[in-house]
Amino acid sequence: MTNHSHIITHHPPPETDTQIQTRWETYRLLISTNAIKTSKYNFFTFLPLNLFEQFQRIANAYFLVLLVLQVIPQISSLSWFTTVVPLILVLTVTAAKDATDDINRHRSDNQVNNRKVQVLIDRKLRSERWMDVQVGDIIKLENNQFVTADLLLLSSSEPLNLVYIETAELDGETNLKVRQALPVTGELGDDIENLANFNGEVRCEPPNNRLDRFTGTLSYGAQKYPLDNEKILLRGCTLRNTGWCFGLVLFAGQETKLMQNCGKSTFKRTSVDRLMNVLVLCIFGFLVFMCTILAVGNYIWEINKGSNFTVFLPRENDNSAGFSAFLTFWSYIIILNTVVPISLYVSVEIIRLGNSFYIDWDRKMYYSRSDTPAEARTTTLNEELGQIKYIFSDKTGTLTQNIMIFNKCSINGKSYGLPDVRGSLLQQKDAVDFSFNPLADPRFVFYDHSLVEAVKLENPEVHAFFRLLALCHTVMAEEKKGELLYQAQSPDEGALVTAARNFGFVFRSRTPDSISIVEMGKQQSYQLLAILDFNNVRKRMSVIVRSPEGKLCLYCKGADTIVYERLHQSCSKMMDVTTEHLNEFAGEGLRTLALAYRELDEDYFIQWKQRHHEASISLEDKDGKLDELYEEIEKDLLLLGATAIEDKLQDGVPHTIEQLSRADIKIWVLTGDKQETAENIGYSCNLLREEMNEVFIISGNSSEDVREELRLEEVLKSNSGASPEETSESVKLVKDEAVSGEYGLVINGHSLAFALERSMELDFLRTACLCKSVICCRVTPLQKAQVVELVKKYKQVVTLAIGDGANDVSMIKAAHIGVGISGQEGMQAVLSSDYSFAQFRFLQRLLLVHGRWSYLRMCKFLRYFFYKNFTFTFVHFWFAFFCGFSAQTVYDEWFITLYNLMYTALPVLGMSLFDQDVNDVWSFQHPELYVPGQRNLYFSRKAFFKCAIHSCYSSLVLFFIPYAALSDTVRDDGSDVADYQSFALLTQTCLLFAVSIQLGLEMSYWTAVNTFFVLGSLVMYFAVTFTMYSNGMFLFLPSAFPFIGTARNSLNQPSVWLTILLTSILCVLPVVTYRFLLTQLCPTVNDKVQKNQSLCRLVGLEETRVGRRASRRSGYAFSHAQGYGDLVTSNRFLRRPAVSLASGFPPVGRTTTGFSPMGRSAGYSPTGRPQNSKVPDVEGTSLQMFRTIADPPL
Amino acid sequence: MMPTSYEDGHISVSGAGGGSMPGKKPENTAFKQQRLPAWQPVLTAGTVLPAFFIIGLIFIPIGIGLYVTSMNIKEFQIDYTGVDMSSPCYNCSQNFSWNSSRPCACSLPFYLDQPYDSNVFMYYGLSNFYQNHRRYVKSRDDSQLNGNQESLKDPSKECEPYAWSSSKPIAPCGAIANSMFNDTLELFYNDPNGSKVQIPLTATGIAWWTDKHVKFRNPGGNENLPAAFQGTTKPVNWHWPVYELDSDPENNGFINEDFIVWMRTAALPTFRKLYRIIQRKNNMVPTLPRGNYTLEVVYNYPVRSFDGRKRVILSTISWMGGKNPFLGIAYITVGSVCFLLGVVLLIIHHKYGSRNNIAT
Repeated sequence: MTNHSHIITHHPPPETDTQIQTRWETYRLLISTNAIKTSKYNFFTFLPLNLFEQFQRIANAYFLVLLVLQVIPQISSLSWFTTVVPLILVLTVTAAKDATDDINRHRSDNQVNNRKVQVLIDRKLRSERWMDVQVGDIIKLENNQFVTADLLLLSSSEPLNLVYIETAELDGETNLKVRQALPVTGELGDDIENLANFNGEVRCEPPNNRLDRFTGTLSYGAQKYPLDNEKILLRGCTLRNTGWCFGLVLFAGQETKLMQNCGKSTFKRTSVDRLMNVLVLCIFGFLVFMCTILAVGNYIWEINKGSNFTVFLPRENDNSAGFSAFLTFWSYIIILNTVVPISLYVSVEIIRLGNSFYIDWDRKMYYSRSDTPAEARTTTLNEELGQIKYIFSDKTGTLTQNIMIFNKCSINGKSYGLPDVRGSLLQQKDAVDFSFNPLADPRFVFYDHSLVEAVKLENPEVHAFFRLLALCHTVMAEEKKGELLYQAQSPDEGALVTAARNFGFVFRSRTPDSISIVEMGKQQSYQLLAILDFNNVRKRMSVIVRSPEGKLCLYCKGADTIVYERLHQSCSKMMDVTTEHLNEFAGEGLRTLALAYRELDEDYFIQWKQRHHEASISLEDKDGKLDELYEEIEKDLLLLGATAIEDKLQDGVPHTIEQLSRADIKIWVLTGDKQETAENIGYSCNLLREEMNEVFIISGNSSEDVREELRLEEVLKSNSGASPEETSESVKLVKDEAVSGEYGLVINGHSLAFALERSMELDFLRTACLCKSVICCRVTPLQKAQVVELVKKYKQVVTLAIGDGANDVSMIKAAHIGVGISGQEGMQAVLSSDYSFAQFRFLQRLLLVHGRWSYLRMCKFLRYFFYKNFTFTFVHFWFAFFCGFSAQTVYDEWFITLYNLMYTALPVLGMSLFDQDVNDVWSFQHPELYVPGQRNLYFSRKAFFKCAIHSCYSSLVLFFIPYAALSDTVRDDGSDVADYQSFALLTQTCLLFAVSIQLGLEMSYWTAVNTFFVLGSLVMYFAVTFTMYSNGMFLFLPSAFPFIGTARNSLNQPSVWLTILLTSILCVLPVVTYRFLLTQLCPTVNDKVQKNQSLCRLVGLEETRVGRRASRRSGYAFSHAQGYGDLVTSNRFLRRPAVSLASGFPPVGRTTTGFSPMGRSAGYSPTGRPQNSKVPDVEGTSLQMFRTIADPPL
Repeated sequence: MMPTSYEDGHISVSGAGGGSMPGKKPENTAFKQQRLPAWQPVLTAGTVLPAFFIIGLIFIPIGIGLYVTSMNIKEFQIDYTGVDMSSPCYNCSQNFSWNSSRPCACSLPFYLDQPYDSNVFMYYGLSNFYQNHRRYVKSRDDSQLNGNQESLKDPSKECEPYAWSSSKPIAPCGAIANSMFNDTLELFYNDPNGSKVQIPLTATGIAWWTDKHVKFRNPGGNENLPAAFQGTTKPVNWHWPVYELDSDPENNGFINEDFIVWMRTAALPTFRKLYRIIQRKNNMVPTLPRGNYTLEVVYNYPVRSFDGRKRVILSTISWMGGKNPFLGIAYITVGSVCFLLGVVLLIIHHKYGSRNNIAT
């Protein structure tokens, strides 16, 4: 057990029952089960744990200390209930919320834990719950089942013990991968007896989170067999195209690589949260400062006056002035504690919760096709949504639908396919009826009937076009249960072959030297003479076939520019027409290919074939020689037409990206895809643009290369003429720099691995941030997270990661905000996300509307809340100078208790739940409204300072106006009104009016609810006041309600009301003036938009359509990899479906499940083999094929 | 509207399921969709500027009115602390102790240069007296003062150290009661013919009705106060027990109005409290005619120890209370500032305000 610390054994179950018992019990004791637990509490631990957690919050602990202070009679300046009531309220609300959250986690855990799987127990297969599966168990999986735990594959239904798995949940790749069992275990088959007797021991590495690596050995019999990743099925994968398989559980539950990858869910805090914490600490400091001043004041007072005043007010126990000052300090801590009221935290939680509900309730983020509403899974991050500066997006499944669609074509100068068909806009019934073709794929939809007519009319060019598509490819066909399934190496190719299939040219099967197709219902076999394979330089592929009639023909498809160079001059006229079509297609963001053919001369071909053979066996410069030969034969081609394939973007993606970039949000795409695919998508979704000054591509293979390539900074800088950045080591923040012109950056996975090294990460980040958009391709999940972390580390910005697959989980967790695209197969991303919805385009609503509003509301709330409490508290400070620093409160104790809970709680909550400066439509119209959030303009230290100054002013007004108005004043019947109680009442009434009016100024959206809250609170104040000051209450508890009659006796005085009016106006006057001056002198976007909105509330809006220009981009070149030509002509791949080959392919009826090819290309290898080099060692087992998958039509 | 266009598209496509969608679609209510009808006020020149002018135009007249009213109130103050050697009360003021057995008397002559027509209110004013000190404010037992028998026999701890005296409960307990103002003030009109006419002073009606009738009650009603206060003792500084404050049973004990007025603690260290009312006799004669007066003081209350001052104030009142020009001046000031600001903002608006109209 040196480096192999993990041992899993499976022994055959002993014969007797008692021993079975023992075995089970031992396992239960020793070995972890497959249960997963993400919940935090259970029924009994909830209260202590939750309370413990809650009191870890500095605020709650602080209030506990306050409570203790209040119990000490010498200090207590306020009754205990002023603290206890809010504290209990806060604790209860938070506990209730935590409890509901945890119950939900319990539910989802239970749901996963209670899935069923077949486990081999007592020589029988039994259906067990997932949570009961244990390490060492043998379990049976069936097709389309999720893999229960990390398994060692023992045997499978497929030949050669292969199984096909989809790892979408793990790494997001939807293409099938192959796993193969050891031959020695494969022999076990599905023989239960044999399996039950299987007696092996696996020694392997301890549980870790590396998805792509596994090392271990299996000791079985006397032999030891090495184990690697190819024999392991990981939890989270899905079994596909495989009848059944057996596996031995290696890691279960929390030890599985999936769970290890999940990591601890870190508690995310918003930047407002962090700022708030800093501010609260500052406020504590300030509080201590104020109290110290007052304590010193008390000391001086006690010495100068108090000592003389003892005739009237003897000191208790003859305490010295110093001790009195000490007590006063604590007394003032209690009185002034309202600068950090506990209700702040409760209110913040309520506001966030409310705004989360709005997200859940939004119909415009509801996706009806999958019946998924948007969901705010975290309720504590809302305002952060209004501050996003960087978005990191996955591509497949997020930007794209992961579907390739044969959308249009141009045949012999005629364009087919309706203009700008965006799928959803057309009804299903308009689609072409392919029922004439029994082999047609029902998933395939085409809308232009004229093309079918042309096929039916046996138009020779159209036939040649589709024949080419059916012949010239490297797709492999497979017939299963009467269904014809294609395994395409690139999704584009799958789409093309499927198109040909539906238009009557059905590719049925291939052998190394023949291709069988069904041409318009007629079985034909073409002799496959050569495959001129694709590579990135050639950007085309050709096949040379002999038709059943014996004609030799070369079919070529490839990037239009390449093909055009090799055309016979006779088709120049058609070239022009086709070019026009190609431009049209490209303008719609379609991937195009040009198709051409050439009939070959028999003699020439024989001679060529001879040379080809020689070249292919030559040892030196084989590739060069072959390329020359290919070049030689691929000439004088006749143009057949062009195809246009849509890598279907999700609806509204380009528009969303356009909107988000107008909101000054930078979008980085991090994808596992190939560079070309990623680039292409970048163009089609507006991320990269033709009009960009330059798109830099970084694909260096070594540290130096990458460093060299990243030296773009100078290029960019010299263009902009910006002064060199002052890098201060202490700050360690990369600032945004202005760059003239727009640049794009594309970097691939292994370059990124270098770029993310410590020495280079800053260079990389600087360069990347200078570019308008960044695309990282072929990145691993870990790298995705690293990129996010990098940006988080050096840029003080809020980041958002959006993705759909399990490979995005790390990034989603790393970013400030994680968004999961739900409704896809995998739920992993959603489960670890903070927000989820079904479509990428909802992101703009989430950010530009909900995020902005949430941020605005939260900031308004905080500003106002601090204002109202500071104002409230500072009055005490001023009063201290007039009451001998004795910690006498200005207000009635009941007012102090209820001020935050009752009188001002609802109005400010109302504002924070309903306020909108401009409505959603205008928010979309003016994405630039989002910018203030990114710059933290609404609530920052500066804003906080401003509101403290404002409070200071207000409190001065609120204290000294009543002071001056009341001093030496009497009632209109001559009796007293300058007494303490009347003064308290007057001041608190003034305060309440002042803060209510201030709230009115802040509020820009007065709903009926708001109005009710504001007016209701004032009414409530008077109702409560009159009740508290009534005879009944006093007689009931004389010492608790000593203010009897104060309200009646002072509020009937005109001078009191005049004072209230005066203070209110004085409090508001400077604010209104200041704001008015701001809107006049330097109006913000908000002011303008608000004004416009109020001006033309009824005018309809015109939709701003963004015109898109795109260059022609060959689809083929972008997702294809070379090497497959060799593969299909070799015998290797044919080992497996040997049975189906032998069968005579009777025409099958129309199948119920067809396919739309989907997926992404091969797995990533960040630092492994260079990307564009040859891959000569393609093994049958590691072949990555695009599967055909039953997906609902879109 | 662009955001809805996609949704519409989807609805049309989703018909395959038979039309009835499961109920996950959020409800279309104005509240949930955040479309509640609302009034959206914006600070525009059209609203702000008129508001400023209107406030100005309203405040200035109010201020003038208040100021004039305040100026019309006649008020006369006389300080009788006796700080000066020349003051008649100088000798008395040297007495620092509470319990001097020999009352000290002094008389202060003064001259009213205008007649006081309506009811005249006589106040005593104290300065530098911290009736609003926390320990002072809470040193009382409202329950005892409300006639509660238990509290009478067992005063609240808040009253310490004035809760018990020689193991008898103090009634009324606490520092406030203990330090009750106990000077006696009498006013004489020096008739030009030489005679000294005592001006009748009304001692009732000087406290709030609620205090007199609800907050303060004698234990066991107003019958036989000595019996009711049996077993209690007078506050340390008092000369007489609480049931000997007045001979009128309706103004004696806890419901003695002088006592009640004192117990309503002042908000600020300088305060005045209503002492007596000089009722107007008839419309023909001024309540206090122009002329010489003498204030006779029985000087008991020591304030020199803490630099306090004692005043007597004679004042008439108006609808807005006593003389206090502050409100009037403040209103005039604020009104003028508003008006001026209005003008300035108007100018600014005309100069710069057009900017933001063009920009959008």
